Amino acid sequence: MKLKKKIPLIDQHDKSGFWGGKFGGNFIPETLKKPVEDLTDLFERIRYDKKFLKQRDYYFKNYIGSPTSFKKLQNLSRHLGGAQIYAKMVSEANGGAHKIYNATVHALICKLAGKKYIVGDTGAGYAGKMLSMAAKKFGLKCKIFMGIKDMKRQKPNCTAMRKNGAEIVPVYSGSQTLVDAVSECMRYWVSNCNNTHMCIGSTVGPNIFVKICGWSTAQISRELKIQIESEFQTIPKKIKLINCVGGGSSAYGFWSEFIDYDKKQIELIGVEAGGPKNSKLHAAPLTNSAKLGILHGAAAYVCQNAEGQINDTESISAGLDYPGVSPIHCLLKDTKRARYTSATDEAALNAYKLVTKLERINPSLEPCHAFAEAIKISPKLSKDTVVIVNSCGDAKKDRDILKVRLGKFK
Amino acid sequence: MSLINSAFKKTKNEKRPALLTYTVAGDNNKKKSLEILKSIANYADICEIGFPHNTPIADGGQIQSSAYRALKNGIKIKDVFSIVKDFKQSKQTKPVILMGYYNVIYQYGDNNFINICKKVGVDGLIVVDLPYPENKDFAKKCKKKNINFIQLVSPTTSLNRMKKIIKDSHDMVYYISMLSTTGGKLKVSPKKILERYNKIKKFNKNKNIVIGFGITEKTIASLKKADGLVVGSALCKEISKSVEKRQNPVTNVTNIVKKLRKKIS
Repeated sequence: MKLKKKIPLIDQHDKSGFWGGKFGGNFIPETLKKPVEDLTDLFERIRYDKKFLKQRDYYFKNYIGSPTSFKKLQNLSRHLGGAQIYAKMVSEANGGAHKIYNATVHALICKLAGKKYIVGDTGAGYAGKMLSMAAKKFGLKCKIFMGIKDMKRQKPNCTAMRKNGAEIVPVYSGSQTLVDAVSECMRYWVSNCNNTHMCIGSTVGPNIFVKICGWSTAQISRELKIQIESEFQTIPKKIKLINCVGGGSSAYGFWSEFIDYDKKQIELIGVEAGGPKNSKLHAAPLTNSAKLGILHGAAAYVCQNAEGQINDTESISAGLDYPGVSPIHCLLKDTKRARYTSATDEAALNAYKLVTKLERINPSLEPCHAFAEAIKISPKLSKDTVVIVNSCGDAKKDRDILKVRLGKFK
Repeated sequence: MSLINSAFKKTKNEKRPALLTYTVAGDNNKKKSLEILKSIANYADICEIGFPHNTPIADGGQIQSSAYRALKNGIKIKDVFSIVKDFKQSKQTKPVILMGYYNVIYQYGDNNFINICKKVGVDGLIVVDLPYPENKDFAKKCKKKNINFIQLVSPTTSLNRMKKIIKDSHDMVYYISMLSTTGGKLKVSPKKILERYNKIKKFNKNKNIVIGFGITEKTIASLKKADGLVVGSALCKEISKSVEKRQNPVTNVTNIVKKLRKKIS
């Protein structure tokens, strides 16, 4: 298994849709074959279409607010006394997280496909909130599937979705979190694919959904590359790009422009959700070498038992609380291009405390997993090492959890 | 001739469609699900047995409930096989089709799974999330062991694709009546469903085409021109109801199957 240079990772799959010969693919019911094929044809056509690209860039700039800023975390760097720590403030994007890129592109595709309804899944509520925003913006009717457990813990995002006119469909089955929300959303699509477009909220699912999402979030690293060059007048010799990984959409978007670089120059570090300290449940299939399995239409490493039943997961961060992971991250792991580790709930909370104490930023619990790793490794790194964390979400949605766990909310 | 083919031959002689039932192995527990099977087999022509999965992306509420209940009771794939084996010992000529999701098979290993299917007497396999052409290799492996791999076609399947699928199919093809998960209300007229069915049938008259999804006591008679009709969710629902009311699911489910059979005889 080898990565190809100069070809975006999302396009390095074979005819059957597999990356590295075994990750991804299309494990879907017969009914979805045609809609998936239609979507694939449409996307492959418009992604090179100048008019569409112009439209995309227009909305990325004027609606999403690209580029999001790139800033040095002076106090945190000084406090830790090692590497120079920077943050890519993707949380500044309209709506407060990277999910807006994928949501906007899917809404545009839905319009082009002539469909009036759009449905999506959500865990932390950001994918749902952004899809509801984009739906409103482009005049589409929107339904969001969300586990009842997540609806309770991410209330602010539910309020936002309803304000945007979206209907939230509570999911009571299974673990009542993201995994069941995605299943329920796919079931809905099976029944309504003739007039409804489906958006999958991350780089997971059947091949084409991985591609559309990765193509959308790749904007993050296009901006970052320019920002790094402008800050340092060159690409520094030692960079570490740290990103949290649930499904892996923000991580892919953050890394895509840098995958061709030697890993000695630019190391890619993905941080999964380790769950509560001492808990056996986690949402870190890559870190814990979970077995290859089929979940939501794709083959990828997935937390499961010997019988092929998908495991329950547990994480303080609803956005990372998912037993599977993107097939493209499986490829990055197996080719050793990226390194994956996990952070516990407690480490993420401690990172939140430290970062918000020292800096004027307010990262959500998902990127706090990435900050936890940055805090862990930075003191041991040389002064000329540049650590960049993707601060991919804003903590407003975590208000209730943070109040309970830390007794405060910034 | 495969048991599946002879079952259809028999029903054709009797000028009626074959009745296919679907119940989940281990629902509501291992012993009861076997009793249900043995009892309904007196009226059903082919028994489909679901092996449960906890992220079923194409099943509606009724079958989901059955699958979760079976899993909660600790059903394992080896139990599914032992249910089939036991069933087959008392009903040698009744065809059994196992139905489920690919991850369960994949974790077991394709060859291993198929070998054990053969050993315990499975006649056919339906894998919901392994569509054509991805299923070509797997289907070949099944054929080698004289196990029917059952292809699915749906209202979204183009005629061109259908042609290829039918060509590659074994004795039986499953037509999904409408855009829906299992257990949805029949939202297409029986006339339209049969129109489509006839188109499929025209590709190859020798293939047995069964219709499934949305078939209940109310709708079954209107579709009896088909080679076979599958009822699943209605049976799973009855098991749920029986459990809730503390009644014996074996008698209740059998009564429904008896009625279904009467409506198409």
